[in-house]
Amino acid sequence: MNSPNPATRSRGTAEAEGTAPPVLEVEGLSVDYATEGGRLLAVRDVSLSVFRHQSLGLVGESGSGKSTLAMAAIGFLSANGRVRDGSVRLNGTELIGMPKKRMRQIWGAQLAVVSQHPLSALNPSMTIGKQLAEVGQLHLGLSGKASLEHAKSMLDKVAMPDPESVMRRYPHQLSGGMRQRCCIAMALTASPSLLVLDEPTTALDVTTQAVVLDLIADLKTDMDSAIVYITHDLGVVARICDRVGVMYAGELVEQGALTDLFRQPQHPYTLALLGCVPDRQRSLRNCRLATIPGSIPHLYQEPQQCVFTPRCGFSSVECADAHPRLAETNPGHTTSCLHWQILPSPNECLIQQEEDSRECGLATSGDAVLEADNVYVRFKSHAKSPFARRGKQWVRAVEGVSIEATRGRTLGVVGESGSGKTTLASALCGLVEVSSGSVRLLDEELAPSVAHRSRGQLRRMQMVFQNPEASLNPTRPIGHAVSRSLQLLGGLSRRQAEEQARHLLTSVSLPAEYYGRRPHELSGGEQQRVAIARAFSAAPDLVFCDEPLSSLDVSIQGSLMNLLTDLQLERGTSYVFISHDLSAVQHLSHHILVLYAGVLMETGPTESVLEPPFHPYTEALLSAVPIADPDFEGAPIRLEGSVPSALEDWTGCRFHSRCPRRIGDICIEERPPLNRAEGEHWIKCHWSPAALLERQQNFWKGGEQ
Amino acid sequence: MSSSSEPVVAASTGAQGSLSSTSMQHELAALDARPAHGWRLYWRRMRSRPATLVGTGIFCVFLLLAVIGPYIAPYDYAAQNLSEALAPPSMSHPFGTDRFGRDIMSRIIVGTRQVFLLGGTGTALAAMLGASIGLFSAYKGGWLDEGAMRIFDVILAFPSLLLALVLLSTVGSSNMNLVAVTAIIYTPMIARVVRSVVLDVKTREFVQAARMRGERRSYILFREILPNAAPPLLVEVSMRFSYSIFLIASLGFLGLGVQPPSPDWGLQINEGRDFFSIAPWVLLFPACTIALLVIATNLMTDGLRTVIQPGGESTT
Repeated sequence: MNSPNPATRSRGTAEAEGTAPPVLEVEGLSVDYATEGGRLLAVRDVSLSVFRHQSLGLVGESGSGKSTLAMAAIGFLSANGRVRDGSVRLNGTELIGMPKKRMRQIWGAQLAVVSQHPLSALNPSMTIGKQLAEVGQLHLGLSGKASLEHAKSMLDKVAMPDPESVMRRYPHQLSGGMRQRCCIAMALTASPSLLVLDEPTTALDVTTQAVVLDLIADLKTDMDSAIVYITHDLGVVARICDRVGVMYAGELVEQGALTDLFRQPQHPYTLALLGCVPDRQRSLRNCRLATIPGSIPHLYQEPQQCVFTPRCGFSSVECADAHPRLAETNPGHTTSCLHWQILPSPNECLIQQEEDSRECGLATSGDAVLEADNVYVRFKSHAKSPFARRGKQWVRAVEGVSIEATRGRTLGVVGESGSGKTTLASALCGLVEVSSGSVRLLDEELAPSVAHRSRGQLRRMQMVFQNPEASLNPTRPIGHAVSRSLQLLGGLSRRQAEEQARHLLTSVSLPAEYYGRRPHELSGGEQQRVAIARAFSAAPDLVFCDEPLSSLDVSIQGSLMNLLTDLQLERGTSYVFISHDLSAVQHLSHHILVLYAGVLMETGPTESVLEPPFHPYTEALLSAVPIADPDFEGAPIRLEGSVPSALEDWTGCRFHSRCPRRIGDICIEERPPLNRAEGEHWIKCHWSPAALLERQQNFWKGGEQ
Repeated sequence: MSSSSEPVVAASTGAQGSLSSTSMQHELAALDARPAHGWRLYWRRMRSRPATLVGTGIFCVFLLLAVIGPYIAPYDYAAQNLSEALAPPSMSHPFGTDRFGRDIMSRIIVGTRQVFLLGGTGTALAAMLGASIGLFSAYKGGWLDEGAMRIFDVILAFPSLLLALVLLSTVGSSNMNLVAVTAIIYTPMIARVVRSVVLDVKTREFVQAARMRGERRSYILFREILPNAAPPLLVEVSMRFSYSIFLIASLGFLGLGVQPPSPDWGLQINEGRDFFSIAPWVLLFPACTIALLVIATNLMTDGLRTVIQPGGESTT
């Protein structure tokens, strides 16, 4: 496993900017979309160039135009898009206005794209081998046999385990990580001079993402191409890119070398993006995160001022006077901010944050609100055909998990997708029935189904769901959800409920006029605020937050985390916070529970869970999280394969098939004991906590202070 | 509920005066060209689809005729004038006359109401039955769902005209029976459409949220889920309506539908069949009218699908 090496990175950059002409040269590119509201100016006057052996990261929140820019540059705009102005040259050839016929010779041969969703990028009715071979036949003129040989060598190159059998399989028979590797292999088949990676790891689990990122970092060094890497994740940028371009509202607001840009950002937007990310490197628990107020504007007219002004903490009169242009500040570093000289460094911001956070002390701990003991959730599998080969099958979603949520505190539940965390929450809420085990809320035993629980019990326990769009009824005004809950659970009259609902909207920082709006008129972050208002409407004691942030932009994630913290401090509500994002869990939780395939692996207070000794699974999760710091070199522990199927019965330790610290047969045959590491910190592993500590301490010295 | 906290702090650096989030949103909203809403939005989307506009226009004219037809028809639909029997189209009889000298245009105009009443009531009944069955069956799932769907499969296995003929010849032909038969034939189709939407919608999180606040099942079904099925339901119902016009006209033509001397369109075609070689207008005008109404309804339906989608075509 190789880790990114700063030395190769700078060598690549220096070499690239020497004499060779750029691979991709974009000049003054502007792109419009025809929408119902008029012509949306999605990208305005962007110029950039990418050289051989170089990778340029394009970052920004959604709506910043980063994907539009890249797709316009390579001629992949959607039907309502139009390049209004500018030029794009690939190896000196102008691409704008090139006939489709000639573009087809360039696509796949000179430039290749890897998209966010590998499953839809692959043809479901063709084997992987055939799809890969097709590219070789088309662009390299290889014969059938030679192209298959070449396809296999490409799969070898992307470190695909057992390429022969993968060639014979169809896309649905591969895991997400393997599919993405196939897409990368396909993109590299004709050795393109430009590779565009559009959020290639966003749809993957952290552990899989880490493996794919390793692969891209590896390929980068021995490949001849230039890379454009589009992402919203600054951690990923720090891991992969040499140069970074920051996009905002369709403009490139800052561009520079990776380390310069992270060390000393020269645009307040970059600075704010860096500040939004909860970072387990920087501090143990800040009570507040930096946020960017407001949202990205969608522009229908040429802006007459700096586009970031309305959200900027540094703006002055000059910013509103004229639209600033990119200017070079240092060699290779450009910014469009007029006040770049007075911007503080991210470290100075950090100090400021810590001062802020001192005000909010820890919520006082209290008695148990919710206790669940040895909960099992199993479903009958859907194969109901009498001709199915195997008889009754059970999906083992949650296998004997016990949790306790205490008043005014947050219990974080972490795990990859498929770890059963959402099912656990639904079961505790009664949306899915618990198969065995007991659930007690404030010492009252709860009925397994929500339909049999009393009003009072319902009132005490509410949930914020993962997908903000789906959690509000698209056909009803948003205020309805909140006021209906107040009527039913709070016992208010319709009029009182409506008034109270308006008030609740303001307490989640939405204008009260939003009451009558429909969900589709709101942004994702606003929708999630409504969902939070709904959950809090009847003053619950416990709120389940099921990945409430995962579909939102970083800046919005930060402000929602602040909102959750504020509400908790104000009302003493307990949370069960479910997430795959360790940094978010660490930021919010007092206590953490690590789940793997429905089984508890480790539990304890946040501080001790995130310090050695770890459960090997926790260790792997921590190691997989990309850190937004170019100099950070974590301990590389990678998990191959995927979470085992919930349909199969299992023996021994649930994690044994992927465990990097497996002892031997004991892990496969015997259920591991739950060992106490210290205090409330428990680890379920055959290794004793002391043995784990010994092995992990040296390993993690570099990373963890 | 205590006072509002201000979770949106000033930009990362804790810098100088930032605007409050509310006024900020207003300012940003001003930058956006906000899309229109409700009926104005529907109208704007409709305007950009000429076919939908034409279809809806023609449909509305027929609807108007159904209401005021008997008052504006130039002649009494039943008034016979044997001296003018089978007169070709002329100024006084634009569509000509039939074998009893009755004005065909008047008969078509007056007959519109019957078409809308019979087809409309039948389809409306089918919509109510179908939507309720589809809702319950999809929401409950399991054996109820299986059972209902298999029964519907049986009904759908018969060609609809054949089924109507069998049923009507058994129970006898009357307006009531016509409506009932239309409803029976179209209920399964509508139920299936609603069911497929409900299967998707019932797993959405707002339904879970409604369950978690202790809503009754009927509220969840009819107030939370059903409105989401409205666009496809509306489309299906208007399509079924246009087919029901066909069905009733065909039954009239076969003599099992509306009985003479009613000015039913299908019946008129049947009556005109005998004189086709000498007086084709007796058959042609009612036939064209049926075609026109069915095409107009289909055009309208087709466009409605996109016009009433909440959120509509995405803006970015």
